[in-house]
Amino acid sequence: MIAAIRSEALKLTTTRMWWVLALVLLGYVGFIAALLAGLFGALGDQLAAQPDAPQLPPESLPPIIYSTATSIGYVFPLILGTIAVTSEVRYQTLTPTFLAQPGRGRVLTAKLIVLAVAGAVLGLIGLVASMGLGAPILAATGNDPAIDQSETWLLAGRILIAMALWAVIGVGIGSLIQNQIAAIVVVLAFTQFVEPILRFGTSIWEWTATVGKFLPGAASDALVGSSIFTSLGMGTTQVQALEWWQGGLVLFGLAVVVSVLGYLTAWRRDIT
Amino acid sequence: MTGTTIEFRSVSKHFGAVKAVDDLSFTVQPGVVTGFLGPNGAGKTTSLRMLLGLVRPTSGSATFGGAPYHRLEHPLATVGTALEASSFSPGRSARNHLRVYAAAAGIPRARVQRVLELTGIAEVADRRVGGYSLGMRQRLGLAFALLGDPEVLVLDEPINGLDPEGIRWIRTLLQQLAQEGRTVLVSSHLLSEVQQSVDRVVIISHGRIVHEGSLDDLEGGTAVLVDSPDRVGLIAALAAAGYAATRTDAGLCVTGATAAQLGALALDARVPLSLLRPDRAGLEDVFLELVGTGEGVQA
Ligand SMILES: Nc1ncnc2c1ncn2[C@@H]1O[C@H](COP(=O)(O)OP(=O)(O)O)[C@@H](O)[C@H]1O
Ligand SMILES: [Mg+2]
Repeated sequence: MIAAIRSEALKLTTTRMWWVLALVLLGYVGFIAALLAGLFGALGDQLAAQPDAPQLPPESLPPIIYSTATSIGYVFPLILGTIAVTSEVRYQTLTPTFLAQPGRGRVLTAKLIVLAVAGAVLGLIGLVASMGLGAPILAATGNDPAIDQSETWLLAGRILIAMALWAVIGVGIGSLIQNQIAAIVVVLAFTQFVEPILRFGTSIWEWTATVGKFLPGAASDALVGSSIFTSLGMGTTQVQALEWWQGGLVLFGLAVVVSVLGYLTAWRRDIT
Repeated sequence: MTGTTIEFRSVSKHFGAVKAVDDLSFTVQPGVVTGFLGPNGAGKTTSLRMLLGLVRPTSGSATFGGAPYHRLEHPLATVGTALEASSFSPGRSARNHLRVYAAAAGIPRARVQRVLELTGIAEVADRRVGGYSLGMRQRLGLAFALLGDPEVLVLDEPINGLDPEGIRWIRTLLQQLAQEGRTVLVSSHLLSEVQQSVDRVVIISHGRIVHEGSLDDLEGGTAVLVDSPDRVGLIAALAAAGYAATRTDAGLCVTGATAAQLGALALDARVPLSLLRPDRAGLEDVFLELVGTGEGVQA
């Protein structure tokens, strides 16, 4: 198992994909975090004066800005996990992989473990971006960046867990939908289009909101405990979001279900 | 080295209605190079992939010394494989490609450098594989096969895309590996490509065996080219001995006799020879006849 894990870790770090995704995540999350910190930090007073503008208590600013690492960045580990599997199908490297390690379940397990770690590392990079830029800008605009509070560091820890789980879900999706283009289209369409609509749609009525809070993105936000999306007007009903650990369980359950399904179906197919 | 035997036992594989491999049984012995021949689509790749546990047989089993591939304790150290499809991530260097699988199989890193040198790609090993020529990819495929210093080599069309120098190199390498007591199974869709380097052949067509044995068995039906400055005398001598000869651009094409028999015949008849050699094209004809049509067998 150790050998399989070392092999999977080498696979990840010897192509550009990993470095490209990490860099784009850093830039993208950094940009959004800086923008939000600047916007809310500087305009907080004017926003508060306008009754129809979103109302944000000042102490909610740091978690909203720091959590952009996941609320914006969670697609990156998801895509990384998906590509880690589908690129092997695309370039037919499953052949040498299964020749060196005929235990296919073991290969998939090693991939899940390595991608969980890689997802957490992406979480760390996202935090470097969101906190590294967000905190000084908040401080500069006269707000409390709250980096001396344990709640902030617990948030950071939960972000790492969320990012690890998203990468694992990506591996599961990749093993289930082995066509690289199809898998990426599904992932992007669901996360960027279908789920936001579903989350918004279900948040309108009480009874749909009790279902909608189990959507993966909502569960992820619940796990992290803060999100720019949940803070801005979404969730007009009285339905409470999941507890952080419930959100974590939903993501973990999803990861297990897609991975097991992927293993039982496509992963055991003939490699021709 | 004790030697590991490859054994196919009634192996079949059906893809829907297509019987890609149909009740295939043969053994491959250590110490010799065995050619696995058949036209494109005959079922060679499918057979080899079943042997390697990549494709599940519809029925039957294929084993190495009695054990299926997934039961081998150290698969890469037992069987080295180069399959036809180029299985490389184009963004990865050759060295890293080999490191990935060496890590999975617990093979020390020094061995990676060794096989890179052995296959002559050490100098380009740190370049991305995406920019490699077909010949360089074949060499990398072979480097992967040799990674575990295996007792058995299974190579699917390893000569495709190699330059003449590369072909000579691989022939020598295969012979050398067989002489060390290893089991070597090499597939090809062209008999001419391997006839100089294989000791035994297994020929399949439409998923079934059509010939198994030595090349000499095949050569029984082949022709010999002879010629003489005294062509009339030669024709008379051949006719007297009862051999049929046809005139070709290259000389007289004689069937039913070996080159040695014809040499002796010419000596007895005191006819000087200007040409005496087995007709390679003839062997190819026998091969084509065995596998049915010549369709899809052109180089
Ligand atoms: N994955 C597959 N699905 C359906 N048919 C296949 C598949 N792989 C191979 N075949 C068919 O099986 C037959 C044997 O193919 P193959 O083993 O690749 O032959 P060869 O390697 O001798 O050229 C061909 O008719 C081919 O079309
Ligand atoms: Mg083939």
